[in-house]
Amino acid sequence: MNSRTWIHAWLMLLPAFVFLIAFTHLPAITTVIDSFWTTAKGRRPAVFTGLGNYEKMLADPVFLKAMINSAIYAAITIPASMALALAMALLVHWSFRGVGFIRMAFFTPTVLPLIAVANIWLFFYAPGFGLIDQIRLFFGLPSANYVGQPDTALYAVAAVTIWKEAGFFMIFYLAALQTIPQSLREAAAIEGCGRWTFFRRVTLPLIMPTTLFVSVNAVINAFRLVDHVFVMTKGGPDSATMLLLYYIFETGFRFWDTAYAAALTVVLIVILSIAGIGQFFLADRRVHYK
Amino acid sequence: MKLLNVFLATSALTLFAGQANAVDLEFYFPVAVGGAAADTIQSLTEEYVANNPDVSIDAIYTGSYADTTTKAITAVRGGNAPQLIISLSTDMYTFIDEDMIVAWDNYVTEEEQEDWIGGFYPAFMANSQTEGKTWGIPFQRSTPVLYWNKEAFEEAGLDPDAAPANWDEMVEMGKKLTVKDDSGNVTQWGVHIPSSGFPSWLWTGIVAGNGGKLADDTGKNVTFNSEAAVGALEALVALSAEDAVMAPGILDWGGTPKAFFEGQAAMIWTTTGNLTNVRTNAPFDFGVGFLPGLKQNGAPTGGGNFYLLKGSTEEELQAAADFVKWATAPEQAAKWTIATGYVAPRPDVWETETMKEYVSDFPQALVARDQLDYAVAELSTFEGPKVTQLLNSALESAITGQTAPKEALDGAQAEADAILSAYR
Repeated sequence: MNSRTWIHAWLMLLPAFVFLIAFTHLPAITTVIDSFWTTAKGRRPAVFTGLGNYEKMLADPVFLKAMINSAIYAAITIPASMALALAMALLVHWSFRGVGFIRMAFFTPTVLPLIAVANIWLFFYAPGFGLIDQIRLFFGLPSANYVGQPDTALYAVAAVTIWKEAGFFMIFYLAALQTIPQSLREAAAIEGCGRWTFFRRVTLPLIMPTTLFVSVNAVINAFRLVDHVFVMTKGGPDSATMLLLYYIFETGFRFWDTAYAAALTVVLIVILSIAGIGQFFLADRRVHYK
Repeated sequence: MKLLNVFLATSALTLFAGQANAVDLEFYFPVAVGGAAADTIQSLTEEYVANNPDVSIDAIYTGSYADTTTKAITAVRGGNAPQLIISLSTDMYTFIDEDMIVAWDNYVTEEEQEDWIGGFYPAFMANSQTEGKTWGIPFQRSTPVLYWNKEAFEEAGLDPDAAPANWDEMVEMGKKLTVKDDSGNVTQWGVHIPSSGFPSWLWTGIVAGNGGKLADDTGKNVTFNSEAAVGALEALVALSAEDAVMAPGILDWGGTPKAFFEGQAAMIWTTTGNLTNVRTNAPFDFGVGFLPGLKQNGAPTGGGNFYLLKGSTEEELQAAADFVKWATAPEQAAKWTIATGYVAPRPDVWETETMKEYVSDFPQALVARDQLDYAVAELSTFEGPKVTQLLNSALESAITGQTAPKEALDGAQAEADAILSAYR
């Protein structure tokens, strides 16, 4: 290629480069650098502390609580939302009367903003007059305060995430299921293969690439989706729903301890990188792309 | 050289005076209550600009209080600060620590120091002054009160026009007001004290009612585990645990008015900012009273102050201060109070004809004003959000029965001391 083409190519790439560097790469680098310093205040300049912020984490009970909560939250929401998505996709990938309506109903939570969803669920959970409590009272069960008790609050928040995400993942599964050729089904039928065997030996392997894609998204979302925590619990009661990303926000923009927040962000990025890379390497062996 | 400066300054002045807008001001304001607040601020600034053609004010709505603080701090760090903001009165120490606000004292005459700054309710100034200077001017301020359902009182055989005078009475009445169905499930609770997110606010009032104080006016010392404070938390925890007059667990703020309207709770504690809401939506007659105290009357104050930000010229800051003097003058403040339900911050506002007319139609609004005599400052310290958060966690842990009140508060005290020792 001649130099003119090169210049042309670079010029075409330039706008994207500028934005990528200004809003992704530079902030990422400065975050890592900031995590080795203390927070500058108007009256006190920043001081280099090395790993000081990271040592502080190990002694910070709220951080440890946030790590445990994030792990539980991920362990519940990832498999549950994926399994639900696949089940819903299997249900609506046949054509029958009203299938369009059911598909839309399953997909609706995805379209709603998470903040709105959280407000709706807050009234589902409201003790006394909330939807769930009205059902409980109908069956003679005592009133329950799901988001107000530390032992149930995290699960109550996780349920909202699953409800919100499953519809979105369903769309991917639905698309994958539609690509499975009808001839395979016919061949299996001739061989006398049952529905369960067909699902396990044909459908599941064929939708593995989609499962990998969905699982990567589910892992990222398990750390990224915290909007409803702002509305429903603000990390409480007593840090019961404190998730890592919410803690980063709180430290950075409510406590204004930006250096510590930078160190927490580095931890989050490391976790996500390991999870993401690990998934691709491990799962790749079991995924068959055509 | 001096002559040249004078010459330049004079010519600059003439140049500016020649233009329609000599001073351009930026003003960030949050809205924490629904409805007319944003419109009222816009119309106030427009009215001021119309009468003062040498000033133009760009009033910028900046979301919640937290968003406004975030945007202001970011703007200051970016060297692009607005002259004026409204934000939480409790953020005063944060702003001082960030070295981003200037005291009002430089922009008022001696006379105004007395008439204007001295003219606000002392309960509101408690969160606005430290180090011998005035850093905030009270504007959208509120205080929590007790709302009670008169119909429910009547059904329980209580006098519908008498609020509980103290804590014990509230508990006694609460027992009569707690209604159970045949299977033993509660259908109406006696009391509802919201505790989600920031239980420390209402608890400050209970502590004040028990004769205690959480922080001093230097912002460097707190007393979370005093006898009065521990007693106040024990009383709050006992409402669900022993007296059985309040639903257990953390109760949501947003759901509180709804619980009142639905008849789920016969008495609620919430901010005066809900007055208009309750007045419009309660399907029954309701009363408004002081927060019942353990030993005496006590309540916290809350809400937002005006702050002057560093990074602008003296002329601009003076112009911003002049606008605030006008906005807090009786006529304007009355308009603001009626539109929003915030407590008028100065006694002279209540003397205006507009306000007199308003309270004759809606006497409940007076309760908040009268309670100010017993009101204390909202918890405010250096590293305020962090210290408040650790107190909130301790309170939540006690309310949900995980930790004993004394133990939770001892822990919070130790953590707060560790943070604040850097400032002593």
